[in-house]
Amino acid sequence: MRQVALALTSGLLFGAGLAVSGMADPARVRAFLDLFGAWDPTLAFVMAGAMVPMAIAWLIQQRMTKPVACNAFDLPGTRLIDGKLLAGAALFGIGWGIGGLCPGPALADLLIAPFEAGIFVVAMLAGMTIHRITT
Amino acid sequence: MTLPGFPDAMPVAGFLGGLMIGLAAAIMLLGFGRIAGVSGMLARATAIATAGAPRALAIAFVVGLPLGAMLVTLVCGGVETRFGAGILQLIGAGLLVGLGTRLGSGCTSGHGVCGLSRLSPRSIVATFTFMASGFATVGVMRLGGWL
Repeated sequence: MRQVALALTSGLLFGAGLAVSGMADPARVRAFLDLFGAWDPTLAFVMAGAMVPMAIAWLIQQRMTKPVACNAFDLPGTRLIDGKLLAGAALFGIGWGIGGLCPGPALADLLIAPFEAGIFVVAMLAGMTIHRITT
Repeated sequence: MTLPGFPDAMPVAGFLGGLMIGLAAAIMLLGFGRIAGVSGMLARATAIATAGAPRALAIAFVVGLPLGAMLVTLVCGGVETRFGAGILQLIGAGLLVGLGTRLGSGCTSGHGVCGLSRLSPRSIVATFTFMASGFATVGVMRLGGWL
């Protein structure tokens, strides 16, 4: 129960941060990618802000033997840079540009703009399912 | 507060919101020893991914996202969400984002926020790739007259 509450807190803070930062607004996200239009650098400030707690967290993590609320760290260990990584990231970038939405903001918008965000999220889940059945 | 030359930018709110996102990811990392990657958590919460975080944790995290954003709209009296994309556009974009983030093992949160701060070479390459791809896509849309 304590674990679920902590994970929920993380999700709440993440969603609130997306809304505060303007990243829940697809037009603002797309404006960051719009170098030939009215470029909006806000997304760069969001990334810079997010780096601060996380850079500290990685330093703390190196001195910990196990996480606070469970028994072991379960972090990606692969250093492989392959075609799957590049193709996946490239496809994701195309979708991100077309919709102005990545997974976090799409979920964050589900209650604020249920119609549009709902369509996107259902399509996103379909895309994830296509990946699952084809691999 | 505004940024000279960029009247629409929100540097302070953006940075503050970014701190909150980073703190949320730090809770996941130090609390559960996991990457707060939204695409991965969503795939796990919906059981599309068979391995990863315990499902209860993934579900709690994924449910928190819309609730957290909703809370901000209630406190601030509204948050802008300008979609400006038609239904077909949303469907196409969603399909590509879903497929791409699973194939590439992450999105803006997992590779971007968590991977970049870890200085993971794999995440740096992934982030550079989806950023470049996003710039190119919107560039084509802009120059093609779709925006």
